[in-house]
Amino acid sequence: MNIIVCIKQVPDPEIPPVKFQIDPEGKKVIPPDGVTPVISVFDERAVEAALKLKDKYKAKVTALTLGPDSAKAVIRHALAMGVDAGVHIQYEAAGELDSFGTAHVLMKAIEKIGDYSLVLCGRQAADWDAGQVGLLIAENLGIPVVTVAKKVDLQDDKLRVESVIQDGYHVMEVSMPALVTVSSEIGLSRLPTGIGIVKAARVKIENLSVEDIGADIPEARCTELIKLYVPVRDIQCQIIEADTVQESAEELAVRLREAKII
Amino acid sequence: MAECKGVMICAELADKKLCAITTELLGIGRILADDLGEELSVLLMGSEVNALSQEHIACGADKVYVVDDPLLESFNSDAYTEVAANICRQVSPSIMLLGQTDMGRDLAPRLAARLGGGLAMDCIDLSIDPETKLMLQTRPVFGGNANAEMITRNARPQMATIRPKTMSALEKDDSRQGEVVAMEAGVDSSIIKARIIETVQEEIEGIKLEEAEVIVTGGRGIGSAEAFEIVRELANVLSAATGATRAACDEGMAPATIQVGQTGKIVGPNLYIAIALSGAVQHLAGCSGSKHIVAINTDPDAHIFKVSEFGIVADYKEVLPPLIEKCKALMAE
Repeated sequence: MNIIVCIKQVPDPEIPPVKFQIDPEGKKVIPPDGVTPVISVFDERAVEAALKLKDKYKAKVTALTLGPDSAKAVIRHALAMGVDAGVHIQYEAAGELDSFGTAHVLMKAIEKIGDYSLVLCGRQAADWDAGQVGLLIAENLGIPVVTVAKKVDLQDDKLRVESVIQDGYHVMEVSMPALVTVSSEIGLSRLPTGIGIVKAARVKIENLSVEDIGADIPEARCTELIKLYVPVRDIQCQIIEADTVQESAEELAVRLREAKII
Repeated sequence: MAECKGVMICAELADKKLCAITTELLGIGRILADDLGEELSVLLMGSEVNALSQEHIACGADKVYVVDDPLLESFNSDAYTEVAANICRQVSPSIMLLGQTDMGRDLAPRLAARLGGGLAMDCIDLSIDPETKLMLQTRPVFGGNANAEMITRNARPQMATIRPKTMSALEKDDSRQGEVVAMEAGVDSSIIKARIIETVQEEIEGIKLEEAEVIVTGGRGIGSAEAFEIVRELANVLSAATGATRAACDEGMAPATIQVGQTGKIVGPNLYIAIALSGAVQHLAGCSGSKHIVAINTDPDAHIFKVSEFGIVADYKEVLPPLIEKCKALMAE
């Protein structure tokens, strides 16, 4: 079985917010100094889901990314985790694409790779948080889709997916080829091993341009970003400082009570 | 679509009742429709749901398109997408709104793809630009550190999902008049490719995070699963839900089911007590909708203090026991 996992490089969401800056004119986020961008968390979990299937069944896993030159790093990361091949659609202006444009390019790339049973995506990216791309790719490819998976397995020749809902989960059954979006409930991702990193360095990543795969970007774009701004929070924190910690704690309880918050 | 007109919302039901999100969609939908001087309609999909039409009208709708079919008894992405796309093609709304819920998250992008519309997810504000008459869509991005304002210039419908609890419902008015239109589903069960073979309800101990009025959350600084007990103790005293940061969950101090943050639960309680957590971007994404935030942390420079109303700079181990006792005493009064 051939599995394609779509992954994205994002600014590290673990940074303290003070390092977060935007360029309102360019409607862009300024990459924080000295902070290496990372693979989007949900996408890393999607790689893990693919590798779990590979552990259990025979599977070839291909990691696919769309992004500027630097995005190669997330392919290397996935290779070091254990995927077999990597495809990088190199496009320096990828950050300016909307979900529809991105989904269009990835769909073209998936068609180019071809012969797949399963496409995995993260449920949403950790930067723009839209959660559209996976579903749009599935619609574009005309294949069934199951979202927010916490478990992906095979049952006979079909996929058996546990899909998270508010108070539990659905067990879903779907024929392949299909697309599944993966959520963090699937469990922690494996760490790249030393051998994995060495092996990953030897794999040649296939580098393609949007022209190579026949993507028509202007046609695919639907939405437009007209403004990006940091919302103003006018909160002054009242630090409670009594003579002892015990008194501070008690004072806090009293203040919350007085303000009718508790 | 030749001429697209009007605002449509996609209703969501639970136990044959309107969900809160449906009345919120009607509230914002009414404002947008009035600004445009156009009609507000509802797409009501379900089984034996005709009786609910009037309630949608009372909550602001001018017209309710009812698709009543046993196949639509509960949400199924394949069937709902197909039916919603069929109805939208017939009605041609200029704006289509859904909730940012399990259903909307799934349905909205698929519908946008089928109709060739533009879509902004998880919006916290919608309005009509007075000049262009386009819908302005505001949504938090980068874990809530920035807001993006988006438009859909040419594609139709202009679609958006709205975050629960961000829009106000209208006062219900049973004297409001409207029209009910029965529509054919026009699909059979062969449309369903991803089949739900079982639904598992998970019992969550205590109060659900999404519904809690008060949440007490512990971070990595708590130190261990054993030490986490005191966080639960404070939560119990305050009739609160217990939450944990991603770091605390990853290190096994708390189950992943109670993770608050971008990759966990997005919550909006009245009071959020943040203990031994610094306030990383991804965590604030999950809790910045809280009305009042209280922080307890040893590091006076921790970012969490910048978004908090009250704070104590001290070790939680010293703060929590007297805080718990005092809260107990105050709550008993």
